[in-house]
Amino acid sequence: MSRTFILAFGIFLTIASSITGLVIIPNWQFQALKPVVKLDGTRYPEVYFGDQARGREIYIDQGCIYCHTQQVRMKGYGADIRRGWGTRRSVPRDYLMDRPHQLGTQRMGPDLASIGARQPSVDWHAIHLYNPQLTSPGSIMPRFEYFFREVRSGEAAPADAIKVPQQSNGVTHIVPTDRGRALIAYLKRLNQSFPLPEANQ
Amino acid sequence: MIAQPIPPVVIPEVEARIEVDGSSRPVIVLYWGTSLIWLTIASIAGLISSIKLHSPEFLGGMEWLTFGRIRAVHWDTAIYGFGGLAASGTLLWLQARLCQVRLPYRNLLLVGGVVFNIGLVLGTAGVLMGQSTGVETLEFPLWAMPLLVVPYVFIVIANFTMYFKKVTKHTYVSQWYLMAVTVWFPILVLSAEACTNLGAVDGVAQAIANWWYGHNVVGLFATPTGIAAAYYLIPKVIGKPIHSYHLSLLGFWSNAIFYNWAGTHHLTGGPLPAWTITLGVVGSLMMFIPVITIGINHHMTMLGSFHLLKTSPTLRFAVMGSMIYTLSSFQGSLEALRSHQEVTHFTHYTIGHVHFGMYGFFAPLMFAMMYYGMPRLMDQEWSSARLIRIHFWCTVVGMLIYVTAMCYAGIRQGLMMNDPSIPFLNIVRFTIPYLALRTLGGLILLTGTIAFLINFVRIITPHKYTWKTPTMLDTERDWKKLVELEKQSENGGTK
Ligand code: HEC
Ligand code: HEM
Repeated sequence: MSRTFILAFGIFLTIASSITGLVIIPNWQFQALKPVVKLDGTRYPEVYFGDQARGREIYIDQGCIYCHTQQVRMKGYGADIRRGWGTRRSVPRDYLMDRPHQLGTQRMGPDLASIGARQPSVDWHAIHLYNPQLTSPGSIMPRFEYFFREVRSGEAAPADAIKVPQQSNGVTHIVPTDRGRALIAYLKRLNQSFPLPEANQ
Repeated sequence: MIAQPIPPVVIPEVEARIEVDGSSRPVIVLYWGTSLIWLTIASIAGLISSIKLHSPEFLGGMEWLTFGRIRAVHWDTAIYGFGGLAASGTLLWLQARLCQVRLPYRNLLLVGGVVFNIGLVLGTAGVLMGQSTGVETLEFPLWAMPLLVVPYVFIVIANFTMYFKKVTKHTYVSQWYLMAVTVWFPILVLSAEACTNLGAVDGVAQAIANWWYGHNVVGLFATPTGIAAAYYLIPKVIGKPIHSYHLSLLGFWSNAIFYNWAGTHHLTGGPLPAWTITLGVVGSLMMFIPVITIGINHHMTMLGSFHLLKTSPTLRFAVMGSMIYTLSSFQGSLEALRSHQEVTHFTHYTIGHVHFGMYGFFAPLMFAMMYYGMPRLMDQEWSSARLIRIHFWCTVVGMLIYVTAMCYAGIRQGLMMNDPSIPFLNIVRFTIPYLALRTLGGLILLTGTIAFLINFVRIITPHKYTWKTPTMLDTERDWKKLVELEKQSENGGTK
């Protein structure tokens, strides 16, 4: 009987020690991290609110994470910075507001940690999400046409309609739905260019 | 020396085994049977994901089938559906047999099995409807999790009950592993959910908790069950004891200690304190110790008995599993090196490795358990040797095509990604033929699974004619012959 307890207790200790060492201690180390206040009084990172917060939920429910990372590796380790995916490496403070985290482990598509800085155009994002082939021929990214209302030739295009470069099925314009607008707002917000001091160490 | 007191022998061993098997039949058949249904669902979800990656327009336009959702469904049904149920069935049956006690709480376990399946269906539906939690490997919506956790608590209780009531005096190696699984898995799930979806920790600590879990669910759940099965089946089928007790002991404890720490290798290069990654890399490299000891133990036991691979379905799958355990673990330890990760970290290489381990090691050992266990549980032999051969060769060939294509494409993809002069879309175009090759591999794997499923349905349904000796791989038993014999017995022929 006592051998059984030694066995079970030893087994328990192995897992208890690893979660303490890998999760609890780092988490405790991160408690000291606070957002920085920029010169203009705003904070970095800022909480997600309104469209950005809703857009983040859509990013999660569509599973963009299975193709896109949001983490830039340091200079000299991989080519993340040379590819223009960021200006500096990502650090823990960049993710203070991220819950759940969306770091990702797969790069079938480019890293999106700073996509808002790299591609600020709403129209580009709308057309790309509507049909990636229009901006990036040969892409394997799925179409997210259900985030857009299609306007066909002959119909009157509303003021906020976005012109599609090549017509197909008579679609001349697209209008982002509320969800489409939210997702784009989230993508535009993704930006790690603020130079955090610890990123240069 | 004083003679050891002889424990009261309740029932002679063979009779005990028959009694144990009889008592556990409905539970184990429910767990194993539904696990195969989930394997089929997971394979179909994997195939849909795979096809979407080389032909993005496939099943396009339907939000619930978008890549990001069906891919999450693939992992959850493969790991919790197939893995969870196959491993739980294995755990309960092996423990009952090794302790020589009747399976306790059978009704509770049956209800648990049904509830677990309902939880899987609801969780899958939730992900398809867009309610994924967004935490990779724990995508099921929180409200579905109790349906998976509570049945597992029943399994833990049953396992401990058997262990404390055991008739046999000593504890076999497999039992250490089974014991470990029952302690680890509930702690693993509950702490991971607490740290990620319930928000007990913040920011990137969540990412560590996420991959501590993601890695450990393979390392501390699937792997120990697979090893326990190999330790049980190989000596059993060839009729020789395991090579070395001391090596088993070393293998068990080094595995328990080092595997726990390996998870952060999934975050190499990420925004974490360097020491957390270093721990993960060290843990991964130390895994050479348990892998080599376990490998020596399994392969040395097999030495001299390889001719049996020609005939025994159980042994064939078990040996395939234990060999690929060694190979995929070597691959994994090397993969964890920082220089390796610089190239392969974000690529298809990882996916190749995952399927080498899961479909080369874990799944074959679960199949081996079923090939060994079902005839004993049902008191009926496998109908068709041909279907077993199809299953085996489809598993080997499909898995090898899948793994080779993904690992090769992954290395090239990683090297190209590290060269900023190559446009990203060129890399995407380069991978497409390999992604198509994976679809081919997946189709072959699914064919094998369906062959197994047909044999499985046949063995659990009562029928008029059954073979009288175990079905060996080199026999001519197939479906046509069976139907013929069945007709004969209907016409008053031999039974
Ligand atoms: C099947 C994998 C896949 C999925 C899922 C996916 N993407 Fe992509 N994504 C790609 C690929 C490949 C590219 C590169 C080619 C291109 O621009 O389309 C890309 C490019 C992008 C780009 C442009 C990046 C750049 O540097 O120009 C953005 C923005 C983007 N994706 C956002 C998303 C969002 C948002 C989602 C989820 C709603 C998503 N992606 C889902 C594969 C995917
Ligand atoms: C027909 C068989 C299968 C096919 C076609 C298939 C296909 C796939 C595909 C396309 C992915 C996503 C890859 C990516 O996002 O890059 C994947 C991931 C995965 N599959 Fe499978 N799969 C199959 C069988 C299995 C089985 C049987 C298991 C487990 C028992 C399994 C476990 C996994 C895991 C764990 C992942 C996630 C890997 C990660 O995130 O690192 N697969 N599979």
